[in-house]
Amino acid sequence: MKQHLLFLTKQAVRMMLLLICVSIAAFFLVSLSPVDPLQANIGQAALGSMSQEQIAKLNEYWGVGQPAAERFLAWASDFFRGDMGLSLLYRRPVSEVIAVKFANSIWLLAIAWVISGAVGFCLGALAGMKQGTWVDKAIKGYSLVIASTPAFWLALVLLMVFAVWLKALPVGLSVPIGMEAAGVTFADRIRHAILPALTLSITGISNITLHTREKMIDIMESDYVLFARARGESGWSIFKNHGFRNVILPALTLQFASISEIFGGSVLVEEIFSYPGLGQAAVTAGIGSDVPLLLGITVISAAIVFGGNLIANMLYGIVDPRIRKGGAGL
Amino acid sequence: MDEKKIILEIQNLSVSFQQYDKGFGRTDLDVIRDLNVTINEGEMVAVVGSSGSGKSLLAHAVLGILPYNSVLGGTILYDGEELTQKRKEELRGNEIVLVPQSVAFLDPLMKIGPQIRKGKNDSESKRKLDRIFEGYHLKQEVQELYPFELSGGMNRRVLVSTAMMGNPRLVIADEPTPGLHMKMVRRVMSHFRELADQGAGVLLITHDLEQALEVADRVAVFYAGTTVEDADVKDFAREETLRHPYSKALWRALPQNGFQFISGTQPYVKELPKGCPFGPRCEYFCEACEREIPYREVRGGKVRCISAE
Ligand SMILES: Nc1ncnc2c1ncn2[C@@H]1O[C@H](COP(=O)(O)OP(=O)(O)O)[C@@H](O)[C@H]1O
Ligand code: SF4
Ligand SMILES: [Mg+2]
Repeated sequence: MKQHLLFLTKQAVRMMLLLICVSIAAFFLVSLSPVDPLQANIGQAALGSMSQEQIAKLNEYWGVGQPAAERFLAWASDFFRGDMGLSLLYRRPVSEVIAVKFANSIWLLAIAWVISGAVGFCLGALAGMKQGTWVDKAIKGYSLVIASTPAFWLALVLLMVFAVWLKALPVGLSVPIGMEAAGVTFADRIRHAILPALTLSITGISNITLHTREKMIDIMESDYVLFARARGESGWSIFKNHGFRNVILPALTLQFASISEIFGGSVLVEEIFSYPGLGQAAVTAGIGSDVPLLLGITVISAAIVFGGNLIANMLYGIVDPRIRKGGAGL
Repeated sequence: MDEKKIILEIQNLSVSFQQYDKGFGRTDLDVIRDLNVTINEGEMVAVVGSSGSGKSLLAHAVLGILPYNSVLGGTILYDGEELTQKRKEELRGNEIVLVPQSVAFLDPLMKIGPQIRKGKNDSESKRKLDRIFEGYHLKQEVQELYPFELSGGMNRRVLVSTAMMGNPRLVIADEPTPGLHMKMVRRVMSHFRELADQGAGVLLITHDLEQALEVADRVAVFYAGTTVEDADVKDFAREETLRHPYSKALWRALPQNGFQFISGTQPYVKELPKGCPFGPRCEYFCEACEREIPYREVRGGKVRCISAE
């Protein structure tokens, strides 16, 4: 029990440090940005017709001219009190904006995460069990090709095929254009999430497949599988008794660690499909110098990614009997 | 000795690996050449050779679990019929069983009981395993443990139990007693002796001649991938009754005979001398030893040496 408490305390401290570092880095990156927030968000023409007073007010609003460190500390002390501030672009509390965007993104992320994990695991396990056969070569070849394909290119191809040629799926957005929020059905949401989710899944699959395959090959070459063969086990029996059991743990770990990749990929994919999620909001906030929103998104994303990795670590302790019973882990 | 039925007959077995060297194209690495061993019903034959001489490969060849890049030559007869890969796959785990070197050959994530039953959960398998555990004085709770939780004393009995799930007629034990004290070795060996006394043939693979002489009926001496002598255990009582210079050297290296080791090391497969592989270390070496050496009968045993008589 004491061990577990120590483990959790350690992890909490690590997470705090990580979040502090990430927010500092994000803050200084935007403050170094050459984009003038007034030019970008109000426009040259509008600025020209304004009085000095109005411009000074705007400058204050966008934080122009204030020392970066001071602004950061002000933001940080509010944040610690649970106040994420106001989004400069949306003119609403950052927490509210993030909640709305996150609700959109979570569909996409969850679908892509589950599909890439499940399909990647099956393909990787199959290829590893049948190493060297044409099945393995096909799966490995496919994964390598996808792994070296840029996600945006894949997204455009899918758009062309399904949205433009076949007209089977919408080109973008998360709900039908011009529809009342109340009229949007679950099916609508799914239809709009399919293409971006597919893009994210396909790119995510290859990584999981290749890693699972490697693990499975190691297992098939282990002494315990050799002995299982010597005892008359083969094919399905070997997979059921030894392959699955030994590969599922590294696969689950990989699955939770892959949250970061799905998150990273979603920024690009949401932008391409005009999907109003967290990723797109991050891009908008970055370009528009909406510092509070950008920092909010960065910190929340980092916390989720960290949480994924933490779960991955803890799974080892729960699933692996050598750690669970030996007490060596955690 | 009355004629017993031959269970396993290995004739001129060879195992080689195809290796692809940079620039040199393909080279074949002949790890085992001209290996001959025969095992009768109720008999325990020890194959004795130093580490790296190809003993495990011999076991894997009989079980049909050699690596993919290997080529198998020669003939293996089981019950007088050729032991093809298909027959090996049918018989292994039931009639032909392997007892591995250590618990490292068990799946670390599978509990002992289900693992020995190969995942089968029917009441017949369960009853059989319960009986086997009783016979080896293993507590039934051991079935619920993972391999890493076994104590040294349980390890061996658990490994032997894996063999008993089938109906073994041929037991292959590959170095079953590494790093154990003599007392423990005797106990493990007694399990194998028991199996032989019940009518199975036992092939005991070991690098320890002393252990082999304790329990085996016959000893095949293995040197650089070849059997150089096949002798009754009785022949190891005195140096003069042995036939091959290498067997004699092993005899002199036994503790009771003064630990006299011969100089030199076993040649690596890539640097085998012409003719007799023992040539460079042999005091009786002559020109004729560089030609092919036949495996012949001498005084009721077999030997691969031209000067033996
Ligand atoms: N997969 C392989 N590829 C190439 N050489 C191998 C392979 N497996 C074993 N060998 C060679 O065969 C020799 C004998 O191995 P092994 O049967 O394990 O010896 P032993 O059991 O007598 O210690 C080793 O020295 C090694 O060089
Ligand atoms: S054949 Fe020649 S070299 Fe080989 S053991 Fe006999 S005497 Fe020695
Ligand atoms: Mg060995």
